[in-house]
Order: sequence, then structure tokens, then C-alpha cells
Amino acid sequence: MRKTYGDVVAVDRLDLEVGAGEFFTLLGPSGSGKTTTLRLIAGFELPTAGSVLLDGADVSRLPPYGRDVNTVFQDYALFPHMSVGDNVGYGLMVRRVPKKERAARVSEALEMVRLPGYEKRRPGQLSGGQRQRIALARALVNRPRVLLLDEPLGALDLKLREQMQIELKGIQKDVGITFLFVTHDQDEALTMSDRMAVFNDGRIEQAGTPAEVYESPATAFVAGFVGTSNLITGEVARAITGADGTFTVRPEKIHLAEPGDEPDPDRYSAEGIVSEVVYLGVNTRYIVQLAAGGELVVVQQNQATSSMQALAARGRQVRLVWDRHHNRPVGGADRKNEVKEIPA
Amino acid sequence: MEPRAVRVGLRAASTVVMLFLYLPLAVIVLQAFSASKIPGWPIGDYSTRWFRLAWNDHFARTAFENSVTVGLRASALALVLGSCVAFALSRFRFFGQNTVSLLFVLPIALPGIVTGLALLSTIDYLGITPSLWTVVAGHATFCIVVVFNNVVARLRRTSTSLEEASMDLGADGWQTFRHITLPSIATALVAGGLLAFALSFDEVVVTLFTAGSQQTLPLWIYNQFRLPNTAAEVNAVAVFVIALTAIPVYLAQRLMRDTGGIPGR
Repeated sequence: MRKTYGDVVAVDRLDLEVGAGEFFTLLGPSGSGKTTTLRLIAGFELPTAGSVLLDGADVSRLPPYGRDVNTVFQDYALFPHMSVGDNVGYGLMVRRVPKKERAARVSEALEMVRLPGYEKRRPGQLSGGQRQRIALARALVNRPRVLLLDEPLGALDLKLREQMQIELKGIQKDVGITFLFVTHDQDEALTMSDRMAVFNDGRIEQAGTPAEVYESPATAFVAGFVGTSNLITGEVARAITGADGTFTVRPEKIHLAEPGDEPDPDRYSAEGIVSEVVYLGVNTRYIVQLAAGGELVVVQQNQATSSMQALAARGRQVRLVWDRHHNRPVGGADRKNEVKEIPA
Repeated sequence: MEPRAVRVGLRAASTVVMLFLYLPLAVIVLQAFSASKIPGWPIGDYSTRWFRLAWNDHFARTAFENSVTVGLRASALALVLGSCVAFALSRFRFFGQNTVSLLFVLPIALPGIVTGLALLSTIDYLGITPSLWTVVAGHATFCIVVVFNNVVARLRRTSTSLEEASMDLGADGWQTFRHITLPSIATALVAGGLLAFALSFDEVVVTLFTAGSQQTLPLWIYNQFRLPNTAAEVNAVAVFVIALTAIPVYLAQRLMRDTGGIPGR
């Protein structure tokens, strides 16, 4: 699929298949095309090229109301002039579901989002978290084939967001509806998804399970965007591995050791000086200037280390060691130059 | 004590402005209740005889009815056309949009005498006999602007995601309009309509050029004033007009304030 606005390419060469009942996340920075993708599926935008198939049927040219898909909007978009009950029952009302059945399904949906008996309230009287749940109930009450969620947790504070992540995942398991979830928060994506796709510049860089994406990032962008990662290129890569290429290694996979250790053949090692120590409570982050050039970030759990011990490491000569299989080759460090299109 | 001086100064300035605006109206209201045939000071006896006289004046009554008719027709026309234009300009992007927008607001800034003259020439050119309908057309030129401005302001503040949400939930274009769009602009429509009516009700210049043999109330007052010994009755009618104009304006203000912000969440 492809979508352009004038000269701007919003989504390009998008090819994505989502399985029924999956919790699928579209992860990417803002402007990477993930929301446009969602709007193309919902029917608010028409693709410039390509098509949207729902259960094998082409729905690309159908209006939003002709698609068995519902959306939870980023700003919730609750109707301010209607009660919560009328909001949730709106989809049923316009589809002429009889009043009695409507009331039953609305109350059932409100129970599912743990706001039973809220029918009479007005959206203006609800907190952000409650509005979010109502928006979810309003979409789910229609029992769509696919539920699209556009950064639904973005406006909530951290504690509430973490709670809603678990709850949302639970609801998805219960109803068995396919969830297509847009977020720029990598933790959210890793926590909730069955599978995920990482977007950058209107394209998918990698799609896979959270573990696959995290453990074996396909590109330098994915390695940097999903979690933090060390990128080892050029001279430094050759000095450490003896081979050409670009590699990533996660900070938590690297261990600090005394200099002069006998290197294990299954491990890479590099010597350097600790230039910065950031104590984070559970972890400590060390920034190490390598003798071969460049720097690596190392994260160590503070299992037996006190903050004093951790901070004392600054300026110390250390040897970094990590298992060879944690050193991941990535393709296309210069991929951007290769595919950059100059729009006509 | 600088702030105190500022406060006193501001209060004095507002008082002067208020007097400037409302003293002439107060004079008319007081004179309307004067028993004397010739307005003057001090007011000797108070009476409501001029109100009674005006109420029973057949010509004044017809003029009043004409004014109401014209006001209602002109506001109805303005509501339909004004909101159509508001929708077109705020929900769609097209070439020349800003120009069209400017062209729609311009008539309110044009001097009434120019509008009136232009309309008169056109009516003449097309061979139309001036009637209340030509007055309606004349009034619609500025009434449309009032409605347009109100509706555009509201549409700008209403999130389009509400309409998208409605379509997403299965409502077609008409259902979305009826259940979502119309309720969110309803108060703006009422306010715009009331203002349009108030504007039309007291319009003189354009009416002067476009009216045929039928008079509206402002025209009746204007003509009456030139006749001897009618000032007292005119005063009574003027009080009535003030009241009738003030009420819709007040209601329109309240409507726009109370339900002004319909946020999109």
C-alpha cells in the first residue's frame, strides 16, 4: 500500500498481514506513518495505491461506516452532548438495534471496562482514564472484526497507563477481537503485543514478535528505537570482532570485568575507561570510552552493588565482555541514503 | 497608590462610555412616557397614552408585521445559505478558499448605501417589482455574514474526530449530520439566527432602496418623523423596537457563552 499527500509520502511499500485475534502493534516515532496506516484501514483515508483486505474482501473503497472495523481515537472523541450510555450505544442505535437489546449490550460493555452503571453520566464528568474506558466500550460494543487503537493511552499518566496496558491486553484475550494498536512507546509495544511492526519514514523496518524485534533487530533504526542499543561500526567493529560490518549489542548483555582477564573464545571483549556512571536504582548505567575508539553503554543490575560502589567505578580501567551471539549484525546502516526518494 | 488611580480611572472611563451609549436611549424611553405632545424638559405628566395610540395605529401595526416577516425570512435564508458556506469553507480545502471567505464577509463592511444602490440597480435591471421579497434579499446580504461567522467559529472549535468517530461507528453521512454535527452547532445557529433577525429588524438604509410600497417599522418611524406632531408616538414605538432588538441580542450572547465551547473530547 502507498499513501501520498501531494509531494509527501506518508506510507510507502507497506505490506502487512495481521492474523485473526492477534494483538498487533504498530510502533514508530511520530510522523513515521503508523497513524496514517490506521486511518487507511479505518477508511478515513483512501490509499494512493494498493488495497486493504479484511477477511479476504477488498474494503479499500468502502466508507468508514461500511467496514467492520472500529476505532478508539487518541482524543477519545466522545460525543459531548450525549450521555455515556448514548455514546456507547451509538453504533447500535445507527444500525437500528432494538432499544432493549441495545441497553443490555451497553451495560455489558460498561461492565467489561469496569464502569458498570455509568450510563447516565456525561463525558465531561469523567476522568481521563474513565473516558478512555468509555471510548473502548463504545468501539467494542459493536463487536467489530478489528479494533484500531490510536495511541489510546498517550494522555494518561504513567501509573494509569501501566494498569490500562494490562487491562487492555486482558480484554483483548476475553473478546478475541483482533487489536491493531498504534504507539510510539516501545515499552507498551513490548508489553502488550503478540506481534509488532516497527515503522520508520513511512515504511516497516521490521515485523515480528516482541522478543524477535528486541533480541534480533533487523536494522540499526530498530535497534536504537526498541530499547537502547550500542551500535558498533567500521574500525571499532573490526578491532573487536575482526570482521567488517555493523553490529548491535544491548547494554544489559555486556559485563564489566577486571582488565587483563583471559578472553573466552565464545566472547568478545574490549578495554576502556568508565567515563560516566548513572545510578538508576535497580540498574546502573556505565558509559565506557573504548581504547579502540567510540563508546559503549553498559547496564548492570545492582544485585550486590551499592550506589557508592557503582559510582566509584568512574575513571576506572575496565574490560567489557559479552557473548558472541549477543553481537547482532544489522543491515543497512546507510539504508536511508539508499532509499531516499526525491518526490517529483 | 498607582493601581488605585488606574482602577478609578478605568471606572470613570467605562461610566462615560456607558453614558454615551445609553443616555440617548434613556431620553427616548423617558420621553415616550411623557404626556406632552411636544417632547421637552422637564417632563410634566407621565402617561402611557402614546403607547396606546401607537398600538392602535393601523399603519404602525402593518409596518411592524412587515418587519417581522422580513426579519424571519431574511434570517431563515441566511441560516441555510450561511451555514452551507461555513461548512464548505471549514470542512473542505479548495483553490481560492481564502478569497471566497473574504468575499463572504465583505458585505457587512460595505456601506449600506452602496449595497442598497447596487441592489436597486439590479432589481431595476432585472425588471423585478420591489416588494418585501426584495427587502429580504437585501437584508440577507448582511444576515448571511452573521450566521456564517457564528457557524464558522463553532466548526473551528469542534473536533472533526467527532464526525469521524460517528462514521466509524457505522453512521452514514446523514445520520452523522443529524446526531453529531447539528447538535454541536445548534446553539451557534440559534445565536446567528437571532442576531440576523435583530439586524434585519432595525435596518433602514438598504430597506429604503429595496422596499416597494410596503413599509417596515424603521421606515415608518423615519417617515413619521418628518410629519408634525408625531414625535411622541414615534418615541413609544422606538421603545418597543429597543426592547424587541435587545431581547434576541441578549439571548444570542447567552447562548454563545453558556454552550460556547463544545470541546472535542
